[in-house]
Amino acid sequence: MLRDLRTGFLSVIVFTILLGLGYPLLVTGVSQGIFPGKANGSLIKKNGVVVGSALIGQQFYEPLIGKNGKQEVVKGVAQTQPDPRYFQTRPSSTSDNDASTAFSNLGPNGKTTLTAFQGYIQTYLALNTAPDKKPYDPAVTSAAQLPVDAVDDSASSVDPNISVANARIQAYRIAAVRHLVLSTVDGLVATYTTGRSLGFLGEPGVNVLELNLALDPLTGSK
Amino acid sequence: MTVNGWLQIVAFCAALIILSPLLGRYMAKVYTGERVFLTPVFGGFERLLYRCFGVNPKREQDWKSYAKSLLIFSLAGWLILYVILRSQTIQPWNNYGGVTFHAAPWDVTFNTVSSFLTNTNWQYYGGETTMTYFSQMLGLAVQNFLSAAVGIVVAVALIRGIIGRSGKSLGNFYEDFTRTILYVLVPISFVSALVLVSQGSIQNLGHYVSVHGISGIAQTIALGPVASQEAIKLLGTNGGGFFNTNSAHPFENPNGFTNYYEMLLVLIIPASLVFMYGRMLGSRRQGIAIFATMFVLFIGGVTVAYAAEAHGSPAQRAAGIHTQVIANSTGGNLEGKEQRFGIAGSAIFDVVTTVTSCGAVNSSIESFTGLGGAIPMANLSASEVIFGGVGTGLYSMLLYVLLAVFIGGLMVGRTPEYLGKKVEAKEIKLVALGILITPLAALFSTSLATASAAGRASVYNTGPQGFSESIYAYLSQANNNGSAFAGYTGFIQPAAGNVGSHGVTFADLLGGFTMLFARYAPILFALAVAGALAGKRVSPVGLGTMRTDNPTFVVLLLGVILLVGALTFFPAILLGPIVQALTGRLF
Repeated sequence: MLRDLRTGFLSVIVFTILLGLGYPLLVTGVSQGIFPGKANGSLIKKNGVVVGSALIGQQFYEPLIGKNGKQEVVKGVAQTQPDPRYFQTRPSSTSDNDASTAFSNLGPNGKTTLTAFQGYIQTYLALNTAPDKKPYDPAVTSAAQLPVDAVDDSASSVDPNISVANARIQAYRIAAVRHLVLSTVDGLVATYTTGRSLGFLGEPGVNVLELNLALDPLTGSK
Repeated sequence: MTVNGWLQIVAFCAALIILSPLLGRYMAKVYTGERVFLTPVFGGFERLLYRCFGVNPKREQDWKSYAKSLLIFSLAGWLILYVILRSQTIQPWNNYGGVTFHAAPWDVTFNTVSSFLTNTNWQYYGGETTMTYFSQMLGLAVQNFLSAAVGIVVAVALIRGIIGRSGKSLGNFYEDFTRTILYVLVPISFVSALVLVSQGSIQNLGHYVSVHGISGIAQTIALGPVASQEAIKLLGTNGGGFFNTNSAHPFENPNGFTNYYEMLLVLIIPASLVFMYGRMLGSRRQGIAIFATMFVLFIGGVTVAYAAEAHGSPAQRAAGIHTQVIANSTGGNLEGKEQRFGIAGSAIFDVVTTVTSCGAVNSSIESFTGLGGAIPMANLSASEVIFGGVGTGLYSMLLYVLLAVFIGGLMVGRTPEYLGKKVEAKEIKLVALGILITPLAALFSTSLATASAAGRASVYNTGPQGFSESIYAYLSQANNNGSAFAGYTGFIQPAAGNVGSHGVTFADLLGGFTMLFARYAPILFALAVAGALAGKRVSPVGLGTMRTDNPTFVVLLLGVILLVGALTFFPAILLGPIVQALTGRLF
């Protein structure tokens, strides 16, 4: 019995060292040698400063300015709203918090789910409506015209992609507020669209961070 | 549904059917002690390990001795993992998330340790907010290897019992175990980890990166040694995510190709073991018959889940969302799914990881439609015999095969025989117990959790969805799957912060005991069946022998599996997902 126990513990300890240190460190070493950029998170720099990861969605929000011209603050938290000058990512249950990701856990038949959807629809339609109450994209007037990814939560809560349909709708807004030609913006959307892997695996998606980074130089922003 | 979606399903099945016989042939060589191409690489090292452990690999063990080694090894694994997870504050690689990660409390740790030891990987914690790199690498990922190997060796031992021509020997636990690790799990994991990194999965030991996004909003990007763990998490049908959102997280599963590759990793060993079984028997047709049975159930699940998710949910329709496919959009129920995987990539992944005991998710099962959510539950109700976990799938399926042989024997009025060995009262009692013990554990725990106030505290959603969360939690833990309707206690996660995950003690303990019981009891029954069959004489095949390698037997086996699953679980599943599937009402 004592001998069996000794063998049991000894083998777990030896395998822990082999598989818990040897294996991952070997993979780390090789990965850092061959794919350093990807192994470290596909980080993207702007003017030499890291601004995010190509694989992790982030919020493109601006401070919410109240009627008095001051930043709105609720319970000590500065309020923000989607910045119309940038393409927006999908709804996220954690506001794209990559340090604590979570599912939305909204059920298919939930009243809370309906409320959440109605909120997403309202936000999306409001953002894509010009101050003169006309939608930027004349074809988009109600929920029925919206692609599902624009009004359904992502799974990871940091989905870096939106659908091409979603991007094309937002392109009308971007062109208007940035005073660009629509075809220029559509061209950028096409540039930052990743097709299906090997032509048939998965779904095409537009990488929002990369697309937004490419927008700024067009309008002379830094 | 789209043509492209079906193309993905067909391509996946094709790869599985082509690759698994090849790996099955290789594994048969590994367990019969033949030379394989890795023998020159690992042979000397293998012998060194035996000397170090103090075992003689040539010492043959009967079923009791084999089981004893397995249990002592598991006990050692449990204790060591518990110590690792509870000692986070003194570990290296801590404070990488910007704050010191404390250990999760004892009850969450009890659940987590039991979960990873039993190949379940049910998670009452969020990886990036709770676990240090040290715990992930030396604790959780190590058990991903070890628990997978334990499952595989039990299947190998049962096969040896079935084919044994003389004596009671089932082989040597430590030899089978070490060979599984060295010749099967490590090489495939190593290559796969590099494949994943090449696509964007991360592999580093760096601090979390704090950035200001292009709008100036602060964001912390969690890093870590992800790809190495991701590979074995899938290959060993473990399923415990490095991050809280598991394989939905872009660092675990960056694109459509990795999604496809990861699904193959999950199914490849369970499918290969079936072909390995045929080879070891010397009758490949026996393996093919079992594969066919599993495949029929698998493809049925994929079809229903894909159709249900492509159709959209009642909540979407109530909100006026158009769920049909339109140009440049996936359509369907994309709530809780990633754009890059779409509907088909999420539906197949879901079925792949619930027919096996993997339990990884690339989408939120809680947000699946009623019918779409009923499929993973039905898969779990079939006790993981549709390919199943690595090893567990095959040994559970072989118990069903014996049951089908027994029922077939009764129908024709002859003493049932399987491969020439008489299946008698003793064996069939052990088989029945082995089959019934998992559903029993699942239903007992579910009723306890549903009937008690302490159990209801874990439920997040209202209406039938709340019941679905409960039953799914215990179905998943009893079948050592690990996937979840993640609202179940999941609402506590975001508030837990970086100071160790908080849980619900009742759910932690009930789940932990359910997993341990439903893992080790069937293992003991399977080994006992192996022991009982090992010494039996083989009688020659006669005219009246019922064949177990033809379509008739496949139909009989399908019938037995569906009947046992339906009789035990149908009433319960009716109350949850089926109700939701049948109504457009919101709760």
